[in-house]
Amino acid sequence: MKTTRRTFIKQMGYVSIGFSLLGPVCLGKEGTYPNANIMEPEDPDHINAWLRVLEDGRVLILTGKMELGQGIRIAVAQVAAEELNTRLDLVDVNLAETGVTANEGYTAGSRSIESSAMSIRHAAAAAREKILKMASQKWDRPSSELILEDGMISGGDQKMSLYELLEGKQIEEDIGEPAEIFGKTKRKIVGQPVPRKDIPAMVRGELEYVQDLKFPDMVHARIIRPKSYTSKLGSLEESGLQDFPGFLKLVRLGSFVGVIAEEEYQAIKLSWEVQDRATWEAGEELPADVPLKDYLRTLPEETETEEDKGDWKNAFEKAPVKHSAAYYKPYLMHAANGPSCAVAYYNDDKLQVWTHSQGVYPLRETLANLLEIPEDAIHVKGVPGSGCYGHNGADDVAAEAALLAVEFPGRHVRLQWMRDEEHLWEPYGTAMVMELQAGLSKEGKIVGWKYDFWSDGHSSRPNGEPRTFLPARFLDRGHGVPGPGFKGGAVRNSMPYYTIDNLQTTSHIFRGPLRRSALRALGAFANVFAIESFMDELADKAGKDPVDFRIEHLDDERAITCLRKIKRNTTEVNLGEREGIGYAFARYKNSASYFAVAAHVYVNDEEIVRVKKMWGVIDSGETINPDGLKNQTEGGMIQAASWALREEVQFDKDHVTSRDWHLYPIFRFQEIPEVDVEVIDRVEEDPLGAGEAAQGPSAAAVVNAVFSATGKRVRDLPVNPVEKYLR
Amino acid sequence: MKTQITLNVNGQQHEVNVDPQTPLLYVLRNNLGLTGPKFGCGLSQCGACMVLFDGKANPSCLMPVEQASKMEITTLEGLADENGNLHKVQQAFIDEQAAQCGYCLNGLVIASVALLDENPNPTEEQIQESLYRNICRCGVHARVVRAVKKASTT
Repeated sequence: MKTTRRTFIKQMGYVSIGFSLLGPVCLGKEGTYPNANIMEPEDPDHINAWLRVLEDGRVLILTGKMELGQGIRIAVAQVAAEELNTRLDLVDVNLAETGVTANEGYTAGSRSIESSAMSIRHAAAAAREKILKMASQKWDRPSSELILEDGMISGGDQKMSLYELLEGKQIEEDIGEPAEIFGKTKRKIVGQPVPRKDIPAMVRGELEYVQDLKFPDMVHARIIRPKSYTSKLGSLEESGLQDFPGFLKLVRLGSFVGVIAEEEYQAIKLSWEVQDRATWEAGEELPADVPLKDYLRTLPEETETEEDKGDWKNAFEKAPVKHSAAYYKPYLMHAANGPSCAVAYYNDDKLQVWTHSQGVYPLRETLANLLEIPEDAIHVKGVPGSGCYGHNGADDVAAEAALLAVEFPGRHVRLQWMRDEEHLWEPYGTAMVMELQAGLSKEGKIVGWKYDFWSDGHSSRPNGEPRTFLPARFLDRGHGVPGPGFKGGAVRNSMPYYTIDNLQTTSHIFRGPLRRSALRALGAFANVFAIESFMDELADKAGKDPVDFRIEHLDDERAITCLRKIKRNTTEVNLGEREGIGYAFARYKNSASYFAVAAHVYVNDEEIVRVKKMWGVIDSGETINPDGLKNQTEGGMIQAASWALREEVQFDKDHVTSRDWHLYPIFRFQEIPEVDVEVIDRVEEDPLGAGEAAQGPSAAAVVNAVFSATGKRVRDLPVNPVEKYLR
Repeated sequence: MKTQITLNVNGQQHEVNVDPQTPLLYVLRNNLGLTGPKFGCGLSQCGACMVLFDGKANPSCLMPVEQASKMEITTLEGLADENGNLHKVQQAFIDEQAAQCGYCLNGLVIASVALLDENPNPTEEQIQESLYRNICRCGVHARVVRAVKKASTT
């Protein structure tokens, strides 16, 4: 093992020269990864699982998380640089990669700062302490007289690089409990709006996305899609295909059909040709004739009381004022700008995959089961793709590329989905129905609360079961369709964060008609949209200001502070004709970031709602990078406003029909509100997950603003369905 | 079917041997190694693949390469000067940190360069209007508008 590790470190030292860490150039001319099948990541309790000292004096940070656009690379570099007292340009980051980085599961749930960055912080602080101890022993000087700075350690007239001090070895000791965390005490780099290092490469067109990878002799593939989720391939006339320019192979595995060609456009043209030749047996029909909102309530369901406190029913019945309302959220699309893509290479019984998956280890395990290849013969490297904040086609396309590569060994197979494939086949954020009832006392306090929500599971990420991959259902091996998925995603934020003595929440989990998986915030989007709309309705019934009404039902000072600030930040707003302002609040997962938001909308003569401006106040505890936090929050507000106003996946009896950007419109530049985000930095607190905090509250603020503008409640999303534009 | 075609890209002549119907985007990315322009939709709906054709920003995903051979093409890689100094729009995107995943950035930078060329002092509304063809999923729009505004004053 020692030899392997040293070889590995030497290779890492070699590969991290320049900005090539992400690139295939570092993998050798044949594009093969050295020792792919014998490498195992270090024990995550050890320092060297997270941090390597390179020969040229730089430090390589190993994170098991993926860059999704959230800026995790700069955040983990900041925490490491702070603890090691080093310049940021001396810190490189290796993103999730099997056999290299720790297995950190998925990059999901706003957990990357809470988990990966904090592991790295502790590992770097522990490394600093070990280094000082080593130098102290070597030079026989107290460590208080030693300075570690920019990869050099000095004391008196002695000075040497970290690499020299370690004699080329890595720090293998346990992380333990470091005595001091500079991020809390010194805070020179952490807490600063340090610019991201990848943006200069982006503006030059030099940042390598998985879509941009190129290997010698790489070939291109495309998939031929069935008519529906359940249709089977009928006939396919193959004769003469080999005469098409660039044709290399037609792959048929049951109803899974792909073509491989020398050039990309040749593969695309071939896929059109094969599509013309293929006939498909009709599959099961989708419920296109009934309003989806009603249909979902007719499905078999698993019902569970999630929370039962006091006697909601009795309190409700005695309440002088009663109110109830039902809300609906349609299927939403991840709709990444760039369709999903992967490269796979199979040779000598070994498989390599380059992917924008959010979980390289779960993907590897699931690939192993799908392909019946041992896990240790598979190497999966994370390379950033096009962002969307959720589980889109990334894993599916990786599985498809792998299936094709196994059928066509010896050359790298690149597969990118076309736009209609991404729109029609990705796993959507599930539709949900939400019903609320509450009673108010004569003082205007909530005395009884009942919440029922209907939802599909929210995550079908690869979990070892091949059926979580889209292509699995079309193979002859009978993998079937995915199971119920992650129910906890549906329950997220179904409990109000407010002080209510008597309440009950009940989940009703169904299996819906469309493919679905994790979309930013999961069930918290619809739950918070409903709860925060309802809070607004209750405030109106109670004759109270909607912000004051919320504050009267909160006992967490941090939550109250967010709401007071959002109120203060919007006192100067002047509302014109048919304009309104709406507010909302939630604490994500009831345990992560606090977020309060206001939206200023106007309603035009065609009854189309436009958002003029949004304000947000976010408290994520200790802030690692305030500009990164702002960027994420602004983006979350804009994305959520787009979901709420514009977006809805539509389908007919065969399949989804929202096949492009005209049929699934999302916000374009003219629709974008001005955004203003205030960050509350609490150095003494733990950092809290933030990336999904804005979603639910932002949607609720928009509909609450519509009420303020028009006196009408919007309870079904989207606010501006496509049909409105066709009138 | 393949034909020898001469392309003028980023001030240089390139000879490519391709099917003349191949959309320019694939030739730029796969034959010339210019991966700044991205594949987004192949339908001219999202702007990810924009390049400058004789100074005008347009998608390259449907334009047959033989048609493109008649024009001067500039890609994201061709915006910096010969010393590597960034175009003011590129610099402004860095200054404003106007990116998350950055996949749409190519089209946004290209469209903004063309806008400022035509209208050196656009209002925010004009910026929003001129970027109407570009899709961004991460929601960096507000930063992009700030960046273009900033570039217009430098």
